[in-house]
Parts: sequence; C-alpha cells; structure tokens
Amino acid sequence: MNIVSPPLKASDYKSTLKPVWCPGCGDYHVLLSLTKALAELGLPMEDVAVISGIGCSSRIPAYLNCYGFHGVHGRALPLATGLKVARPDLTVLVAGGDGDGFSIGGNHFLHACRRNIDITYIVMDNRVYGMTKGQPSPTTEPDWDSALSPGGTGLSPFHPLVIALASGANFVARAFSGVPNRTAEILVEAIRHPGFSFVQILSPCVTFRPDEREWKSMTHPAPVEPTSDPAQAARRIMTDDGFNVGILYRGDRKAYAPHVAANRSDITQLETAFSV
Amino acid sequence: MTEQEKQPTFTDLRDLLAHAYAIEVDAIDRYNLLADQMEVANSDELAALFRKLASHEEHHAREILERAGDMELPQLKLSEQKWTDAESPEAAAMEDAHYLMTPWHALQMALKAEQRAFDFFDRIVNTTTDNDVRKWAEEFREEEAEHVRLVEDLLKRYPAPDPDWDHDDDPPVILE
Repeated sequence: MNIVSPPLKASDYKSTLKPVWCPGCGDYHVLLSLTKALAELGLPMEDVAVISGIGCSSRIPAYLNCYGFHGVHGRALPLATGLKVARPDLTVLVAGGDGDGFSIGGNHFLHACRRNIDITYIVMDNRVYGMTKGQPSPTTEPDWDSALSPGGTGLSPFHPLVIALASGANFVARAFSGVPNRTAEILVEAIRHPGFSFVQILSPCVTFRPDEREWKSMTHPAPVEPTSDPAQAARRIMTDDGFNVGILYRGDRKAYAPHVAANRSDITQLETAFSV
Repeated sequence: MTEQEKQPTFTDLRDLLAHAYAIEVDAIDRYNLLADQMEVANSDELAALFRKLASHEEHHAREILERAGDMELPQLKLSEQKWTDAESPEAAAMEDAHYLMTPWHALQMALKAEQRAFDFFDRIVNTTTDNDVRKWAEEFREEEAEHVRLVEDLLKRYPAPDPDWDHDDDPPVILE
C-alpha cells in the first residue's frame, strides 16, 4: 500500500486552532479552498504569509499553519506591500472582508491595484459588517432593509471588480465560497499570476444575511473565457448579474518589484536601505 | 452553484481508486469542519455526531488503501479530479449548517452525501468500458448503498424536528 503524495496535503496547512465563525458561514469554505490551493501549489508553509485586517474573515491567518499577521483595520494591504517589497521570495496573500477592504481600507485598495506588486488579495464579501452585528457595508444592496438600515441605505454599492480593474489590478476574478474546489482553482491561478491579483469571494453571512444562503442557486460559471482586454472585462463585469463566477481578467502588466538591497544574513544592510 | 452536470469516464483502475480515496478525504475534512462549527456553537451532541461520521470516513479511506495493496495511488491535483459537478460527491454541504440544527439535520446532510457517492459509482458502473473498473465500482457502489442504509437506520432514532426548529427567542441580531 503506497500513496504517492505531494509534500503537503490541504489539511496540513490548517492550524489546530478552531475557527469561531458562525455555523454555516461561508468563510469555513474559503479556509478549505485556501488550504487546497496552497497544497495544489505545493508551497512550503514557511514561504507563505497571510496578512489580514479586522473583521470575521480577517481571522483566517490564525487558522492556517503558514506565517500570519492579523493587522489593523483596513491596513492589511500596506502591511502586505511592505512585506513583499522586503521579502520578495515570500508568497504574500492578503485576506479580509468587504468592510475592511472597501470602506476602511478603500484608499489602500486603489493604490495596491495601481502599484501592481505581486500579491494576491482575497476579499470574503458578505455585503455586511458581521463582526459588529449587521451594519450595511460598501457592497450592500441599496434596498437591503434591516433594523439598522430601515428601508435600505439607498446608496449605490461599491463595484470592487471594476474598481480593481480601473485601478490597475493585473488579475480579477469572482468566486463563490460554496464550491471550494472551484474557488481553490481560481486562487491557484491568482497566486500564480504575476502582479496584483484580486479575488472577490461571495461568502454568505448566514447570521445577519440569511438571504445569502440563496447564493448557492444564484451563482453560475462565467459563460466567457477570461480576457486580457480591460475594457472588455469592465463591460462584462458592469453588465453581468453579479453572480458570474470565474476568472474575468488576466492582465500582462509587469509586476512592480522595487530593488531592495536586503541581505537577510546581515540586518545592518536592511536597516541601511531604510535610513533617512 | 448552478453548474452543468458532467459525465466523467473511468477506464483506469488506479484512477478510480485515487478518486475513491479522494472522496473519503474530502468527506473527512468536511465532517471535521462541521464538528468544529458545532463545538463553537456549544452543540456537543452534534459535534460528537460529526466526529463520528468523520471517523467512519477515515475507516473507509484506510480500507481503500489496504485494498489497493501495492498499487501506488496518485494524490489528485484539482485539475485531475473528475466529479459529476464542482465538488466531490460525498462532501457534506457545510453551508447548510445552522447553530440550532439537530441530529436529524446532520443525518439528512450525511444521507444526501452518501446518496451522491452511490450515484457517482453507479454512473461509473454503467458507463465504463473496463471490466476491472466496473468490478471495483460495483463494490464501492454496494458499500455506499450500505452506508445509505446505516444512515437511514440512524435517522429512525431521530424524529424530524418541529417546523420552527430554528426559532430563537434571543437571536443574534440587533432588533432595536
């Protein structure tokens, strides 16, 4: 009896800490997808760093066995940018939610796309602030009626994919948490693609948005092949039903990689690069 | 996710066994994650039930490896997995988990997973052109049928819950 195994299985990337998300939360699936993607890529755990901000989904680094940094609200992208610049050898992933990424961290989102550093940004979008008990987020529908937003906010939702595209992201995809294998495949492609990759994962909040359980029957594979034409991708994204799942744009911009003369065996050289 | 159903074909025994093993590994991961969720929700009975289901799947996974003997089974890459739809058939639908779910719900979840696994092997039995693959797929199908019967027997111990089983007098939402 023999099994020809890669060095690591998906379950090896999961830490022993048990997630504290609500039962049925889409983020459990995202955790599963991420571990599957890392196993598929065969990345050594010590070569991967997952950076997050604040919110339910931002807990994810604790549930993984690679390096993690649970950062400040909305500031995961600048942290990740600094890390990737200083340690270009690492695979740097950023994870968080729609509130963290598009409201508090909205400005960082635009400029991370523009800078096109080789990192992958995973947003678990549930269209609500779950951790703080159900306030509307930037991606909430204008007519979502709740005790905290009677009659809905009436505000146009943020369009993260098209904004990422317009800001210069080099890879844009939408995934659905309920199909972990498909999501893992998209994450693998996003991580492999050079430059800034952005993956919006529709991840239901079953507690404050129980209606999002219906996303399982609403999402569907994008009926088109990925394009490298940003104008075509933008038209598709702006005119689809918001539930197209797949890789929507693959750009060919060269990733920005500033030269940092860091010799990790000598910390003084690293300090010199930052001296003023 | 609505996705067109595929009709994967199997003509290689090693490929079939690798898929049979992958089915069990996915099922183990899902049941363990469900058990974790129930522990967080302080539902010890459900957590124990999901751990038990995971343990059964671990037993099946070991059996497949033992039956494979000296045959080397590849760990399937995502692109090599041939499922009828996006996910492996016995992976429980985690999105159906609820903090007030009952053992009846958990067993319904398991029943659907076992039935999907039965259908998966049944389809292979009816489509393969390889005699060895058919013989093994028939055995796996029979095992899945046995698992369906086991879950159905377990379900007899748990009556269907009241229609308002998910009612919570103190729900986790702000109402004022």
